[in-house]
Amino acid sequence: MAIDVTKFHQTFFEESLEGLELMESGLLELEVGADNNEAINQIFRAAHSIKGGAGTFGFTAVTEFTHLLETILDRRRSGQAEVTQDAVDVLLESIDVLRDMLSATRDGNELDPADVVDVQARLQELVDRDVPAPDGATVPVPAPNEDAPTTGTDGDTALGTWRIVFKPQAHLFRTGNDPVRILGELAELGSYTVEADTSGLPSLADLDVESCYTVWTIELEGPTEQSAISQVFEWVEDDAEITITRLDTPAAPTAPDGLEASETATDAPAAGTGTGTADAERRTGGERRQAEAAHGAAATTTSIRVDIEKIDTLINMVGELVITQSMLQELAQGNAINTEKLREGLADLERNTRELQGSVMQIRMLPISFSFNRLPRLVRDLSGKLGKKVELKIHGESTELDKTVMEKIGDPLVHLIRNALDHGLETPEVRVANGKPETGRINLDAYHEGGNIVIEIADDGTGLNTQRILAKARERGLVGEDDQLTERQIHDLIFHPGFSTAEAISDISGRGVGMDVVKRNIMDLGGVIEVHSVAGRGSRFRIRLPLTLAILDGQVVRVRDQVFIVPLVSIVESILFDPVLTSSLARGAGVYRHREAAIPVIDLSESFGIPPASDTEGSTPLLVVVEAEGTRAGLLVDDLLAQQQIVIKSLKTNFRAVPGLSGATILGDGTVAMILDVNSVLGLYRQSMPARPAPDAAEPGSTPGHDVEDTAPAGGQSQTVSEPSDEEKGPR
Amino acid sequence: MTTITTEFTGTAETGLSTNQYLTFLLGNEEYGVDILRVQEIKGWERATEIPNTPDYIPGVMNLRGTVIPIVDLRRRFELGAADYTSTTVVIVLRIEGETGTRTMGFVVDAVSDVYNVASDHVQPAPDFGSRVNTQFIKGLATVDEKMVILLDIDRLIGLDAVFSSLDVVDDQRSNPSATSPQETE
Repeated sequence: MAIDVTKFHQTFFEESLEGLELMESGLLELEVGADNNEAINQIFRAAHSIKGGAGTFGFTAVTEFTHLLETILDRRRSGQAEVTQDAVDVLLESIDVLRDMLSATRDGNELDPADVVDVQARLQELVDRDVPAPDGATVPVPAPNEDAPTTGTDGDTALGTWRIVFKPQAHLFRTGNDPVRILGELAELGSYTVEADTSGLPSLADLDVESCYTVWTIELEGPTEQSAISQVFEWVEDDAEITITRLDTPAAPTAPDGLEASETATDAPAAGTGTGTADAERRTGGERRQAEAAHGAAATTTSIRVDIEKIDTLINMVGELVITQSMLQELAQGNAINTEKLREGLADLERNTRELQGSVMQIRMLPISFSFNRLPRLVRDLSGKLGKKVELKIHGESTELDKTVMEKIGDPLVHLIRNALDHGLETPEVRVANGKPETGRINLDAYHEGGNIVIEIADDGTGLNTQRILAKARERGLVGEDDQLTERQIHDLIFHPGFSTAEAISDISGRGVGMDVVKRNIMDLGGVIEVHSVAGRGSRFRIRLPLTLAILDGQVVRVRDQVFIVPLVSIVESILFDPVLTSSLARGAGVYRHREAAIPVIDLSESFGIPPASDTEGSTPLLVVVEAEGTRAGLLVDDLLAQQQIVIKSLKTNFRAVPGLSGATILGDGTVAMILDVNSVLGLYRQSMPARPAPDAAEPGSTPGHDVEDTAPAGGQSQTVSEPSDEEKGPR
Repeated sequence: MTTITTEFTGTAETGLSTNQYLTFLLGNEEYGVDILRVQEIKGWERATEIPNTPDYIPGVMNLRGTVIPIVDLRRRFELGAADYTSTTVVIVLRIEGETGTRTMGFVVDAVSDVYNVASDHVQPAPDFGSRVNTQFIKGLATVDEKMVILLDIDRLIGLDAVFSSLDVVDDQRSNPSATSPQETE
């Protein structure tokens, strides 16, 4: 029965890493001293499946390590030991180690054994300490050799005598386990005598042949370890009571006495000495995870686990689609085509297709908790390190999000949380002095809004220091000496690349560590990030992301004789263009008065160099008011056509990225239409204006009102009309 | 001469010294491309214009769900514009570049023939000096007293900055000359 198990490795690693996440979040929920039965059970089960899997695939180091974990958890599960803060700490650390071990095994890397040995020693210490007294009869786990995890099973184990009581539950046979096989396997460990207790056997009339009534007592003598014995019983340990007892006194490194054990733990492995100092230098779990995540993303192909319900819906829909298809085919074969029926069939087809599309997209959707899960740990570790008291509140973790988007949003989230902790929240003393509660709060919230998902990260810390940001920006020449900026514009400065250097951060009271990178990541996903901050009260970062990257709702517009698609999410409203409300500023740039605000008018035919078509002269143009990054502008189009869902096709695949466009799509008639990237269109428009012409510089500041400043971030209002289209075309 | 001949057998996947070329007409001239690169030949359909691109790119087309850019070789070689009609032909070619494989359509006047050309019958393009760019000409072959210009389509696209990926839009815009430095031929 040679089965190639390596093909299951990927699944094992994925499941194990998921299990670790479960364990981690479970551990973080554990309350010291309280009744945590359900949580511990959950952690225990996760640990157990990892151990089982690792055992099956022969990852001995992982098995042994997890076994220790399991023992510790089992004690707490059965109430033999207390859940202490100490224990939780060690367990959390061991999860980091396990994660490292798993990824190292997966990628075939060597793992630094020092970490493993150190944590394993501390786990062992915990195991030994748990034992109330060196009561020989109930010593459940003798310590495995200290170097076992790195070298595998140790060859020269001392001879020992063991008593194993194996009391299977009645349903053992139904699980497909055979005691004979187990006994056969035991024979490999040494010689033994077996005694079967058949007193449980009912009379022949009552006997159920598929039930197991026998209890075996085995006395085994051989050069083996307890872990090896329990491995034999691994598959049945949930379905049987197994007691393994050592009859003779165990040999050297294992010490039954708690005191001695802790001594061995501290001085045995080289790296184990001075665990406290090593610990301080150690990377925090969150950081490790980040490195692991980054590595994992690069090294492995990803797969997705899909709810069976989603698949079933899909199958149902495909079934309906097939029915509709055969119905249509039948219709087409008839001599006289029944238009009415044909129309019905097509309507069905349309519905089927739409539903199918929806369900297929659903497969890619995962709850955002996949991203949020790692944050509590990060907050826990960091707050401890920074000496701050923090409470992290998470809402909306079941909000669903496309997997691709999810993978890319993880790092920016970590970054923002870290920033909030590091720079936003004050130390308890300062907080109390400022009349705030001692414990700082970070709220993490996710919800749907239109076709977007919104993630908010809010803290009640110091907020952004506008004065210092402005001063820094002036110093760096990002803002002119005389420019007046609104508070919002100042806050937006933290996303400027020039602000991301380390120096800037330590100078300004926080915020700015790679915020430009955060922003860029989010923009790459087609999202937007905004910051609202009140000095002394805290800051709130708001990230808006598209639900998926593949499909969007679009408004089809006509510009001259060409058709473009404007993403519906960017459109604020569409209005009739009233020439009376425009005023032409210097050199042709138009400004439109829209709802008490002045917005720039972008003539798409001009930006895209579309020659005028003769027949459109008479028609009334429309103004599509769009918003991107908090900036509004009006796009001048000739007509609004349909609104429809469109599948984004990249232009980069066969051509290249085109400024102003986010891609192309194929319309119902088979032709290609370009999708506007509103952000980039606005950028093109701004760039088409001279950077900062001296005479116009005062203009934006002179107009009062919030919105006006938003619309003219680049300063000058003049435009060189001929440039934007021609320079792209190059000399002819 | 030898160097060119060798390079060109090297690119041929047949391993033989004879390569097959699909030839097409542009005005009065006959041009050839490696037939292994030809994906299909299709009739002209209205292409969707891409804003702010040179006029030798009439736009993009839908090739069974893939959006492919179209290059008008007549205009690319500055042979004067021709009207697109239903008989205008688009040759869809596979282009291999540094960044990967792309699929592109090329508008030509008409498809002509398929020739077997022995590699030793290919002569290097004459050097016209700096005024004419011959980098994307593999060589000249004489078939039945006719001369066929063999194109190196990868270089034609690869050397054209219009097709290079635009990572930073700003750079491209601030330096408009970068879009078309090859316009020297």
